[in-house]
Amino acid sequence: MDFLTTNSPALIVALPLFAAFAIPLISRAGERTRNTFSLVIFGLISFLVAILAVNVHSVGIRVYTFGATAAQMALPHGYMVPVRIMFEVDGMSMFMGIIVTTVALAALIYSLQFMKGRTGQARFYSLMMLLYAGMMGLAFTGDMFNLFVFLEIASIAGAALAAYRTNMADAVEGGFKYIVISAVSALLVLFAIGILYAQYDVLSIAALAHFMQYTPLDMIALALLVGALVMKLAGVPLHMWAPDTYTVAPAGTTPMILAASYISMYALYRVTFTMYGGLINTTAIGWVVIIVGVLSMFVGVMMAVHQTDIKRMMAYHAVSQGGYMLLGVGVCLAVITDPAALASYGRDAMNGGIFHIINHVFYKALLFMTAEAIFFRIGTRDTNKMGGLARNMKWTAGFYIIGALAISGIPPFNGFASKLLIYESVLKFSPVLSVIAMFVSLVTLASFAKVFYSAFTGPPMPAYEGVKEVPKSMIVGMSILAVLIIFFGLFPGLIVDTIVAPATNALIDQASYINAVMGAVP
Amino acid sequence: MSVVDYGYAVWAPLIWIVALIVIGVMVLIWRNRGQKDYKKGTAQTDIFLSGAKVPPEEQRHVKSENIYWGFFESLKDLYGAMMRPHTGIVSDYLLWFVVILAIIIPILVGAG
Repeated sequence: MDFLTTNSPALIVALPLFAAFAIPLISRAGERTRNTFSLVIFGLISFLVAILAVNVHSVGIRVYTFGATAAQMALPHGYMVPVRIMFEVDGMSMFMGIIVTTVALAALIYSLQFMKGRTGQARFYSLMMLLYAGMMGLAFTGDMFNLFVFLEIASIAGAALAAYRTNMADAVEGGFKYIVISAVSALLVLFAIGILYAQYDVLSIAALAHFMQYTPLDMIALALLVGALVMKLAGVPLHMWAPDTYTVAPAGTTPMILAASYISMYALYRVTFTMYGGLINTTAIGWVVIIVGVLSMFVGVMMAVHQTDIKRMMAYHAVSQGGYMLLGVGVCLAVITDPAALASYGRDAMNGGIFHIINHVFYKALLFMTAEAIFFRIGTRDTNKMGGLARNMKWTAGFYIIGALAISGIPPFNGFASKLLIYESVLKFSPVLSVIAMFVSLVTLASFAKVFYSAFTGPPMPAYEGVKEVPKSMIVGMSILAVLIIFFGLFPGLIVDTIVAPATNALIDQASYINAVMGAVP
Repeated sequence: MSVVDYGYAVWAPLIWIVALIVIGVMVLIWRNRGQKDYKKGTAQTDIFLSGAKVPPEEQRHVKSENIYWGFFESLKDLYGAMMRPHTGIVSDYLLWFVVILAIIIPILVGAG
């Protein structure tokens, strides 16, 4: 058990990487063998994530240095700076790890039946494992270069998965757009890393934070990182690729590509809060994040309510909900140097923004799965052609209702808990922003009510008389997320205290992150 | 465990659910005191469309593009402006990226 606890950060990334390369070989033994192997490996990974989460919660920041005599030895003997590849897992990294693992587990179970009968399944599961490995590596990495490497792994795997259904032209186009914007973003991230490396000769995030002097070159590097990561997380006005990509990705992969966008949001927070920390003009950058957040909320929801493609509508809502997260965290960033404001509402705004990440990924993943369940049975995403589906697809309709009420911020679901935190705290910062956030929630409810009315209710359509409910594994995948949504909604205090507040504290407390690696180095 | 309390506001979902159940029971009691003497399957329960002929079941469905028509019609200028940048062309997306970088870099360098 000690071996697993000590090496869990590395194993959590190494196991899916191993599985990604083993799956094509194991697929030769049959579909059932491959599916069993995938589930067993993922079960083991989930167990390791649970162990690591408990460990980080009790012990604090975990540093894992590859190639060192002892895993937690960040600085080699006689060195003043870290030189090895390193993972540094704090509350925020673990928070993202829990989100990604939960969504990936639900997506894997969902995909078992959804992908049945399709060709290229070995590649599909292999890419899912690669995407998972990339996201977890990005969440855990302690150095900037591996942040770029894992960003690329996740982007390439995500693009290949988006384009999986090569018989559909829009799928290939969506995958192409994703790889183009990912490649441009990643190259600019690399350029920014090059600027930082040229100045400080270190790549470790903690070391960069320790040595950072915030020269004009550092400001340019920050601008490149912020711009590139805002595009990856689909913040307005750099969001236009998101509906094209999310819409066409097959069932279980849309939630994972969505999670990849929020991993990019995590990278943005890591760069601004941890690497640059108190040196930046937090008011200016906070307001940049707030403006991107408000634009994302408004443009995302107004475009969403207009859509007649069910998945495209949900993709625009993903853009809109990302705005809530940016708004909460932006408000905290804007007041971070004012201790009174930070204590009064800044921390709550951050808690709300971060709580909203996990809530949103769960209910948006559920909604995407319900949309794909409809597509699985009736072969169309056009809501104009749908109708009366609640008669034959009761489970799907029930899950849709749960997801729709959660995303609209209706109590007692999880979306309400995080949105209330955001409304109340942002109200103290600026009432106008809070009112905009509430208006966006209203329009969100209106758009999901519209789709529910046209797709699920109404008289039975003759074309869908023989439509049945989706297979069991798809229902199980959706159930996992539905249960979590209800649980998070009924026990928000527990979630805020155990995983959200440690994540907030990890971001605000830059010194602990630096000291975990740099120790007593002056 | 269930309650989120941050000084100026409290959210207690379990208490909210209990309140909802109590209100739901009260609503059910009032509803059951309503009229019970209507006959199902007669003109009393037929659809009434202001005297107009009721179309057959398969033609009664309202398409999703027709819902909220008034909202979209009154905001058609806003929607025109919002739809224009969404060209679907990836090079246009990258152009937006260049423009935003050109805005962010001076802001961050100037703000210091």
